[in-house]
Amino acid sequence: MDRIWVLAEQRDGEPSTVALELLAAARSFAGAVAAITWGSGAAEAAATLGEHGATKVYDAGELGDSLPGPRVAAAIAALVAAEGAPDAVLVGQTYDGRDVASRLSARLDRPVLTNVVGLSSEDGALVSEHAIFGGTRVLKARFTGEGPGIFLIRAKSFAAEAAGGGAPEVVSIELPDTGATDGAKVKGRHEEERSGPQLDEAAVVVSGGRGLGSAESYALVEELASLLHGAPGASRAIVDAGWVPYSHQVGQTGKTVKPTVYIACGISGATQHMVGMKGAKNIIAINKDESAPIFTIADLGVVGDVHTVLPKLIEAIKAHQ
Amino acid sequence: MNVAVCVKQIPDPAGELALDPSTHTLVREGKLILDDSDSYGVEMALQLVESAGGGEVTLVSMAPNNETSGLRTALAMGAAKAVLISDEALAGSDALGTAKVLAAAVSRIQPDLVLAATESTDGYTGTTPVQLAELLGWPAVTFAKKVEVSTESVTVRRQTEAGYDEVVSPLPAVVTVTAGVVEPRYPSFKGIMAARSKPVEELTVADLGLEASAVGAAGARQQVISVQAAEERKAGEIVTDEGDAHQKIVAYLEQIKVL
Repeated sequence: MDRIWVLAEQRDGEPSTVALELLAAARSFAGAVAAITWGSGAAEAAATLGEHGATKVYDAGELGDSLPGPRVAAAIAALVAAEGAPDAVLVGQTYDGRDVASRLSARLDRPVLTNVVGLSSEDGALVSEHAIFGGTRVLKARFTGEGPGIFLIRAKSFAAEAAGGGAPEVVSIELPDTGATDGAKVKGRHEEERSGPQLDEAAVVVSGGRGLGSAESYALVEELASLLHGAPGASRAIVDAGWVPYSHQVGQTGKTVKPTVYIACGISGATQHMVGMKGAKNIIAINKDESAPIFTIADLGVVGDVHTVLPKLIEAIKAHQ
Repeated sequence: MNVAVCVKQIPDPAGELALDPSTHTLVREGKLILDDSDSYGVEMALQLVESAGGGEVTLVSMAPNNETSGLRTALAMGAAKAVLISDEALAGSDALGTAKVLAAAVSRIQPDLVLAATESTDGYTGTTPVQLAELLGWPAVTFAKKVEVSTESVTVRRQTEAGYDEVVSPLPAVVTVTAGVVEPRYPSFKGIMAARSKPVEELTVADLGLEASAVGAAGARQQVISVQAAEERKAGEIVTDEGDAHQKIVAYLEQIKVL
């Protein structure tokens, strides 16, 4: 493979972790790896992207109050028209990444392979891996038509690693005016207070499920997560029930986490949940139902009521500290 | 305010799912149900139409074998009518092919707003709604936690990594709704009875003026190479809490140096 492009989201000069993960993957398959970035701080981000293997960084400049989807996709489509299609465009499956990949797919009339958790090269083409049926099976797929292949890749699929690369060539590109598709404008940005680490970056994740019985009991999960300097997560069931926001969801339709330890509290272990957390180094599960599927993958399973075990555990950890 | 809601009818996720051995696509032959993820969009649409003081909710769905059981559930919740695209040529469609079909259907309906789930429960590609918006030439706001409409615009709280953005978009637009943001109503007995006689317009690929080669397996331009068993995790120690299980957990956390 000759060329792979990586969509690199960045904030205040710091590239997203998933962008660095994708660069590590890209440079193992292609000689020329370019990153596409935008927004304030892009110039600073370029240095880090270079260290991680980007030999060229396309800087699309300021987005203003536009959402990234329409204009960044248009910029990439213009780049394809000007420089020819790369073998692949790798996009992290984030809120904005999904928008960009979807718009680009429709613009170029090329399909997208989504929920990719691994890549390999066969006969000079990229083959993607997907975890299906709760992660019990691995499906491999490839594109059959003309490129570029667009891959939406889940965070934590690859390890980010600096390659010791030098300063990349930085090329300014335009963010085209896309008219009506760019009609949605950001009027305000709100940061929610978070005391601990980000869910998909945390070394410890404590998640709650339906077994908590009520939204109020989620406070136990939050307290335990905070004591362990971890992040609180949730099963789809309690997100659907409106107890916690979608951003907390771990699983197929939520985030993939690979912490040192994952503590599942009152989570039965639906396949849709397990696919998002079975990559944890250690799994501890607390559940009343001894036949809960979560126990089939737990390193330590406690058959018990979260309402009795969690308060005692919280007290014991406080005493320990 | 006329709102179209994209809904997917899927095999019951609680049942056994299977892949077709030759095509490696999900078997969709049995009874299909309304994807739970879509019940939030349907509820949101009903609330928006109610708050706007007029208009109706139209469902748009693509499904094999003219399946309507999932649509009837959403009609029973209060949607006025449905457009169902069903055609053998659509078997094996990917997200972009589906978006092409939905775009053609939405163009016929001409709603002020299209709502969809952030992703389906079965395929969960999560790309169809924005592909649909791009094909229509419309703005899209994804991952909505809260949605309000006026006659000319929609205001959305959009989930971000850091919190949320307040986004305002002119209409028409596509908005995807995250689960749990509204509480889907249970269909009443009256609703279920009324749903039986609500109109479901059934269309084919040709009715929409689409080329069969652009959709279905032919249009997907991707291929499953293999499906193999994943490496299994083994179960570890399982203890029953007799008042001291928390000490076991503390000891385990010490052992892995988290404590």
